[in-house]
Amino acid sequence: MRRLAQVAVAVALIALLAGWFLTRPQAADLTGLDALSGDADQGAWVFDAAGCASCHSAPEAQGDALRVLSGGRGFPSPFGTFYAPNISPSPDHGIGGWTVADLANAMLAGISPDGAHYYPAFPYISYSNARLQDIADLHAFMMTLPVSEQPNRSHDVGFPFSIRRGLGLWKVLNAGKRWVIEQPEDDQIERGRYLVEALGHCAECHTPRDALGGLDRNRWMQGGPVPVGKGSFPPLVPSQLKWSAEDIAYYLETGFTPDFDSAGGAMVEVIQNTSRLPPEDRAAIAAYLKALPDGSANE
Amino acid sequence: MKHKTLLSAAVICAIGGLALADSHSEGEFAKQIKARQAQMTIYSYNLGILGGMAKGEAEYDSEAAALAANNLAVATTIWMPSTWPQGSDNAATKGTRALPAIWEKFEDVGAKSQNLATAVAKLQESAGTDLDSLKAAIGPVGEACGACHKPYRAEK
Repeated sequence: MRRLAQVAVAVALIALLAGWFLTRPQAADLTGLDALSGDADQGAWVFDAAGCASCHSAPEAQGDALRVLSGGRGFPSPFGTFYAPNISPSPDHGIGGWTVADLANAMLAGISPDGAHYYPAFPYISYSNARLQDIADLHAFMMTLPVSEQPNRSHDVGFPFSIRRGLGLWKVLNAGKRWVIEQPEDDQIERGRYLVEALGHCAECHTPRDALGGLDRNRWMQGGPVPVGKGSFPPLVPSQLKWSAEDIAYYLETGFTPDFDSAGGAMVEVIQNTSRLPPEDRAAIAAYLKALPDGSANE
Repeated sequence: MKHKTLLSAAVICAIGGLALADSHSEGEFAKQIKARQAQMTIYSYNLGILGGMAKGEAEYDSEAAALAANNLAVATTIWMPSTWPQGSDNAATKGTRALPAIWEKFEDVGAKSQNLATAVAKLQESAGTDLDSLKAAIGPVGEACGACHKPYRAEK
């Protein structure tokens, strides 16, 4: 009996250790980062392509205010409401004290400078495929933006999701994935893949999620319900989005659908970003979307 | 025989009831919603003419472009407050994607429609000049449409 108890304690300890090990925050592979220097002008392109302002500017910010990254917008989800943090260059409330490596670890591995997991409302699952040079450029650009001294608001997330350490397990299931389209047919589609799958993080809305909130990569870009409330994000696979590549590029430039309805909801802010990209980028996004697997086949 | 009459009366009543329920399920304010959506249709029809040229799908025709831009400008002056009654939002009735926020921030809605009118006035000045001016002026119109559709229209 006593021996049984000893075994039980040992098993529990091992499980605890394994859990602790599995959930530990792991830094990204930053080999080569030290040799890079950031170009702020190029970083402005990364900033638009990655859509940073759409979440991190103040609620209802417009025009120039979109570059004041004070945070504070709420993002309701089935797990609770997440509030975007201040990522302006304020040393106290923002990321003014961050090194390029800190930004790279946040974007590629979803961990903070003090080694805590970020919630995946921050789309590091997508950003994990961002190039180190782009992160260095983005860092250089972000440090030129206006400072906001807006304090951060804590997320409103219930137990057990309030335990950040548990996100380590979620990452075991969902992080570290590479490209979905492994073999792009040409350079344009490859560029589109980088813009859609990595920086643009389009899948975060346009791909359905499983019960634990992970992206269902087998139903890539097949659309999904909005997290809370009515309606859905439309599918973008060619069998369902029947727009031509020119239609898609024009939509990303002006917000006009082929029927000359206009974009609505969160997509309006996406178009504020994509309208500032060079035309070749919008064409590349369109080419990538047109090359997506149909989605009717069960992969 | 009497039995049969009673039965048919009951059936007629039931059908009538269903029809009534059906017309009810069309939603309150169906007329108003239809009217305001018609205004949107006029926008998109004329934008389609201009946008087709801007996209390169149709050949640039300065007369047709000027006419479409004119129609748009006229359509922005249509003001039908009676088509936006309280309670005609997507939470309270059917057949609309208008969010309740419209009625909480009516002033902002007004300011945003004014921005649309301004952008359309610019388009009206330039649409008939040449294709490049048309292309440059249609972007801000799209932006003005989106500015309202972002906070005030629900996803499909």
